[in-house]
Amino acid sequence: MADMRVRQAIVQALSDEMSEDPNVILFGEDIAAAEGPFKTSEGLLDKFGPERVRDTPISEMAFTGAAVGAAMMGMRPVIEIMFMEFLGVALDQLVTEAAKMHYLSHGEYSVPMVVRASNASGLGFGSQHSQTLENWVVATPGLKVVTLSDAQSAYSLLRAAIREPNPVMFLEPRILYAERGPVDTSIKLEIGKARLIQGGNDVTMVAMGNMVNVAKQAAKQSSLSCEIIDLSTLVPWDRQTVLASVKKTKRLIVVEEAPLSGGWGSEIVAEVTSNLFTELIAPPIRITTPDTPVPFSGVLEAKFTPAPDDVTRQLKYLVETNQAPKPWWVMAGLH
Amino acid sequence: MTNSISRRSEIRSNELAWYERMLEIREFENQVNALFASGSIRGTTHLCNGQEALDIAIASLLRNDDVVAATYRSHGIALALGLTPHSVLAEIMGKATGCAGGVGGSMHLCDKSVGLLPTSAIIGGGMPIAAGAALSFQIRKQDRVALALFGDGSTNIGSFHESMNLASIWKLPVIYICDNNVYGEYSRINLTTPIEDLHIRAESYAMPHEKVDGMSVYTLREALERAIERARSGGGPTFIEAKTYRFAGHSRADQAPYRPVGELESWKSRDPILVLENQFKESGKLTEDSIAAKKMETEKRIAEIVQEVQNDPEPLVGDIFKNIWAGSRS
Repeated sequence: MADMRVRQAIVQALSDEMSEDPNVILFGEDIAAAEGPFKTSEGLLDKFGPERVRDTPISEMAFTGAAVGAAMMGMRPVIEIMFMEFLGVALDQLVTEAAKMHYLSHGEYSVPMVVRASNASGLGFGSQHSQTLENWVVATPGLKVVTLSDAQSAYSLLRAAIREPNPVMFLEPRILYAERGPVDTSIKLEIGKARLIQGGNDVTMVAMGNMVNVAKQAAKQSSLSCEIIDLSTLVPWDRQTVLASVKKTKRLIVVEEAPLSGGWGSEIVAEVTSNLFTELIAPPIRITTPDTPVPFSGVLEAKFTPAPDDVTRQLKYLVETNQAPKPWWVMAGLH
Repeated sequence: MTNSISRRSEIRSNELAWYERMLEIREFENQVNALFASGSIRGTTHLCNGQEALDIAIASLLRNDDVVAATYRSHGIALALGLTPHSVLAEIMGKATGCAGGVGGSMHLCDKSVGLLPTSAIIGGGMPIAAGAALSFQIRKQDRVALALFGDGSTNIGSFHESMNLASIWKLPVIYICDNNVYGEYSRINLTTPIEDLHIRAESYAMPHEKVDGMSVYTLREALERAIERARSGGGPTFIEAKTYRFAGHSRADQAPYRPVGELESWKSRDPILVLENQFKESGKLTEDSIAAKKMETEKRIAEIVQEVQNDPEPLVGDIFKNIWAGSRS
């Protein structure tokens, strides 16, 4: 068991997969010589050489498509989209080409590629470099969607993603890159399986990415018995674990870093409500970001995502009254 | 799919097969057109009448382990590469016996055994994919090549420029072939593109390029041989512009009222089937009688296939859930 930063866990996962499988290749903007803008490919060019670790032009569409073609020929490309927003110019290749190839080839071709992308807010990158944007890709049968939340999940989920026979969108909340945590390289995490972070009886909290940390802090300061689930995989998400948990706690809170409208939390709430309607003792709620772009100012960005205090307030209100609270930004008097 | 492979071998080894396959493609497209008009085909179709020479030239030179990324106008290249008229027509008619089991349709044809990647209905969609396939050949030191076939309209989309640039800096064994059929959907090329010769666009990517008469199988083959040799020997990518003409409208029932008067007729005098026919007559490979016999045989064979496919089974409704995830049970 080693203690490492999230970005180091990513390097370790890439390095271990590349050592074990010569078909794993990496490419993206500034990932080779410069070792990645977030140092997530540190040392890999030296270790594996320029054939397998490549810098690309600033051409997301071309290199995402190149990953599709290489994967169809049996390689396992892992590409890096520096900021999730940059996938916008390459979305065709992921959503319309990669995710359809197995289907349109009558099962003859498969596309074992991983698209890594840094996402989410918190580091002052402004509104075009700070969104989470899972909702661009979640409604795409044929494409798996995963988000890391700590060093262990960075390591184990990335290794699982590289071994997947299907294309995987692998999201890395940028604010977590420098976070440290224990990594046991023998732990295998499965795509499609949620992680139970802590058990509890009063309420189930479903979160992903950095919101797992926010949920943990909020639960701790609330003194309530909260069951926290790190969803980890959005497609296909772990219905079984979430439904079993809510069946026990009878309350659900989704903590999500994305605008309230159109986020994945709605999917979780809908599925839980449809399945457990008569067993719930409180309405399922979502704690999200407001329907606004991500602001730049440090003062504003700190108020863009729900802080642990905001979540605690929502949590207590729900458990004490069994009623849905107003959005946290209304409770906090922001709007 | 042994049938596609034997049909593929035929076109690689037998010059007369080029002619027969061109007749097959032409008659096939005529029947698709008729079936569409009578309501037997749903959705859309994009015919390749007039562009058969290029499909034949490509199929006659590539090996089975090379790959082709093509477009929604791919009935011709699919048949040329060896897919059977039965499996292609069945796909176009959404039958269970189609090359994609009926989930693809006219725009989505595929056969791994002869290297046809699933054809893309997105302009520029296959171009970076071909680069990626070529990248895998390069890394594994295989002497295979990838070929992307696309229309003139594709040269105005970002994917074209990004892919050409990437292929050039990485010296990938890929061949980009533009089938310049003069029209991008309903618009004549001069209305959408400030240059007439599209191959010069490769100049800015330092990529070897040439334009070639797209109506002559032999001329096309010469250009393609140079490009394939360059790619296999580590010389990198090539851009070829084949000057052809789309005899049909863009899709479905488009009668192409936007064509200048006389343009179609002028190009039809250089119909690629006629060009090859004349060459074969001169060399004594064909006579008026053998031509008439081949045409009759082709019409009869395609008519029989149309009958067969119409009686083929529809997909099972449960097929909706098949082949979405690799590695999972359907």
